[in-house]
Amino acid sequence: MNAWAVLVLAAGTYALRVAGPLLAGRVRLTDRARLLLARGAAVLLVALAATGALTEGHGLAGWARAAGVAAGVVLVARRVPFAVAVVAAAVLTALLRWAGVR
Amino acid sequence: MFAKENVRSVERSVGRDIALVCLADGLVGASFGAVTVADGMPVWLPIALSLLVFAGSAQFAAVGVAAGGGGPVGAVAAGLLLNTRVLPFGLALADVLGKDAAPGPRRWLGAHLLTDETAAFALAQPTPERRRFAFWASGLALFAAWNACVAAGALAAGTGLLGDPDALGLDAAYPVVLAALVAPSLRGDAPGRRAAGLGAALAVALTLLPGVPAGVPVLAAVAAVAVPSAPARGRAR
Repeated sequence: MNAWAVLVLAAGTYALRVAGPLLAGRVRLTDRARLLLARGAAVLLVALAATGALTEGHGLAGWARAAGVAAGVVLVARRVPFAVAVVAAAVLTALLRWAGVR
Repeated sequence: MFAKENVRSVERSVGRDIALVCLADGLVGASFGAVTVADGMPVWLPIALSLLVFAGSAQFAAVGVAAGGGGPVGAVAAGLLLNTRVLPFGLALADVLGKDAAPGPRRWLGAHLLTDETAAFALAQPTPERRRFAFWASGLALFAAWNACVAAGALAAGTGLLGDPDALGLDAAYPVVLAALVAPSLRGDAPGRRAAGLGAALAVALTLLPGVPAGVPVLAAVAAVAVPSAPARGRAR
């Protein structure tokens, strides 16, 4: 990855960011569309979390990461403070790897 | 509708949540900087990506594709594919970043702060003023925290201070950050949870297929929203 790739990615990302507010004045959203957009964004984030937890490249990521993330998600669902859940996930994954689990 | 002290306590609790997200994202950022440099990239690369692209998952995806031999074009494509999701966020946040809400340069600056986290913070607020407050407070704090931590992680790895980032379990932090961000919006939305479960399964299955480009599986997962479900209940509030 070189400096040009960074600049093109940055410019493209900025264009996507600015397009929403620019189009919003012209495009009217119904409540239904708004709900679907919010839900679509939530689905995307969950899909990102799932692939990040379970996969590495085109393969499975291994038990240590999956178990750490699962513990973190359970803590989040039980409304444990955010940072505690994140640190717990990392610590459990690190401990499992230290114990030889991959 | 809200008494003054309630508004203040809401702002305090938003401030506390922002601090926690900064902490968690800081961990992710430090791991991004460290992992990128540990993968053999130069120290300036994660720092420049974080300042100019400022989107965690796109940064991870771009560097991941580049490290996996995808080349610069593949890396940019993966990052851009992941960042297409800021488009609906931007549409949904018209009352924060629109012409009337953010006149002049504020709008152009604010657009750069549009991320999963800032959109989640803003959209969780019930009124336009509170959405604006949450967006700008979280955006500025996260920009500072993210870039400082990415730089610290990259420099720590560049000087060999950190050892093996995988041994610290840092790769488990990012999915939990995302899960924590999305939890409030899915708590009261059963059809949304079903769609999310379906989408996640689809994304993982597609990712495991060789030849599917990075970034495509998570975007394909959004199609799960279109799966018919019980009629959506109107907002009861």
